[in-house]
Amino acid sequence: MSQHLMILPILVPLIGALVLLLPTRAGDPAQRRLSVGLCVAQLLVGGWLFAQAAGGELIFYALGNWQAPFGIVLMLDRLSALMLLLTAVLALGCVMFACAGDDTRGSHFHGLFQLQLVGLNGAFLTGDLFNLFVFFEILLLASYALLMHGGGKERVGAGLHYVILNLAGSALFLVALGVLYGATGTLNMADMARRLGAMTGDQTALVTAGALLLVVVFSLKAALLPLYFWLPRTYSAAPAPVAALFAIMTKVGLYAILRVQSLIFVDTPAAEAITTWLWWSGLATIALAGIGVLAARDLRPLIAYLVLVSVGTLLAGKSLGSTEAVTALLYYLPHTTLVCGALYLIAELIGQQRGKAGTRLVRARRLHQRQLLGGLFLVSAVAVAGLPPLAGALGKLLMMQAAEGVARLWFWPLLLLAGLCALIALSRAGSVFFWASYKGEVAAGRVSRAQLAGVLWLLATAPLLVGFSGPLSSYTLATAEQLADPATKITRLFGEEAMPATSLALGREEETP
Amino acid sequence: MEALFSLVIGVLTASGIYLLLRGRTFPVIVGLALLSYAVNLFLFSTGGLNTHAAAVIGDSITPADPLPQALVLTAIVIGFAMTAFVVILAIRARSELGSDHVDGQQGEAGDSR
Repeated sequence: MSQHLMILPILVPLIGALVLLLPTRAGDPAQRRLSVGLCVAQLLVGGWLFAQAAGGELIFYALGNWQAPFGIVLMLDRLSALMLLLTAVLALGCVMFACAGDDTRGSHFHGLFQLQLVGLNGAFLTGDLFNLFVFFEILLLASYALLMHGGGKERVGAGLHYVILNLAGSALFLVALGVLYGATGTLNMADMARRLGAMTGDQTALVTAGALLLVVVFSLKAALLPLYFWLPRTYSAAPAPVAALFAIMTKVGLYAILRVQSLIFVDTPAAEAITTWLWWSGLATIALAGIGVLAARDLRPLIAYLVLVSVGTLLAGKSLGSTEAVTALLYYLPHTTLVCGALYLIAELIGQQRGKAGTRLVRARRLHQRQLLGGLFLVSAVAVAGLPPLAGALGKLLMMQAAEGVARLWFWPLLLLAGLCALIALSRAGSVFFWASYKGEVAAGRVSRAQLAGVLWLLATAPLLVGFSGPLSSYTLATAEQLADPATKITRLFGEEAMPATSLALGREEETP
Repeated sequence: MEALFSLVIGVLTASGIYLLLRGRTFPVIVGLALLSYAVNLFLFSTGGLNTHAAAVIGDSITPADPLPQALVLTAIVIGFAMTAFVVILAIRARSELGSDHVDGQQGEAGDSR
């Protein structure tokens, strides 16, 4: 029985979504309770799987009991368990926040939200490249609808760009999969890795092309430099709980890059090219996003650029390549995701109480609950800028330590300057919101309890991540070591003798002389 | 056959990308559709181009690879749904933004007509 628990992160939100899509009146309390309950259930399952994976055991689940290279397998290792738990934590905060009224502005918020979670959880669990594409499509489809939740000019305009860009990205994804399948004859990640080992000549060039195409697609999702221009507008237009959930969408791209590079394209010529590209575009992303943070004239784009800074930091850190670097970035990832999510929610609360001025960085009327909001804003600003005593500082420190030699020369100044930019921009925003806006009547609208609960849930993780930084960093170290050892996954899935490439039933070796 | 096949895919892709870069939503959607046709054909060809090869073992001497056919089917279904979605979205954008330009307004002079 317990081996089937692994598929629950996909099944629970899927079945829940179907129930939630049944027509009810808007803001039905039963629907809200069910939605929160589903998120709690996913949190529990996520925690359980996290505990399972922490022991270092690799768990495979063959769907429909079709064995590995022929059927689709789900794979749970430390990395996927970490991402699943992170998704569940973030989703619970967003849903609690949305229950305060954001869910009634359009139809089917909760159902779509759960469908998005299906896509996210599936993408983190799957061990098959085409299945990864399918889960990407599920999460994108749900995100298209969620982005336009509530409608309005701004959202539809941003949504159109987002949809068209992602459709083009999906086409590219399929081309990459076609190239890889044509060259290797398999779509299972571990099987592909095994076959790449025995590959020579022309096929290698094809695989390199396919691998680089894949990385382009994942960089689009992760919003890396030449491909990030969609992000600020899209995230600023999205409703607050959705924007907060989107904080993990860029990390899906990062996860996919990490997964394919550490499992499939380990010692191929593609790996080197990927690392070089990611390094420079990661650095350039940090630099440009840092400028964007300073230039933003509204709090929402400002946070979007902060998301981009974290993307650049994580990907540049990833291409440092060492185990320490991966440890550091996996330590930094939960912190930055949750804090960016919390910031979006806080921005919404601030906007609510400022009337027409919204979140624009201009003087407006006095906030109703300036102590409360100011306090929340202060904590999240400290966290996102990476100041001690919160986990952002530790994560950045670990990552800076992991950079060696010439890499240090580029990485340290950019990372520190981006932190400074964030600090300046956020203090300016905070001064305008809480000190310079002191006149006028107080607008109606207090922070509701559900909204506060959502924000506090996300913000509470920041001190927790510091408190448990010892166990967490040993976990991420173990994760990095597990990622650096793809051979175990292959032997675990296919048995000991499988390591040298064996031709399986429809082997292409026979077809192509 | 290979040359013809790759030519067809190439022309479809090129036209798709050209249309994708236009300024109005309708050509962009047609471009996306063409691009997805090209991708589907490409996926179909990844199993190798054979004639008289059924995807059933025992039915022909060299059976065709059934997996690309399954992949194409999935891709077609997803592509179909997405095209429908983006058409509706474009109509919605036309009514909300008051223009069918992808940026919601007429661009500079000399912009695509």
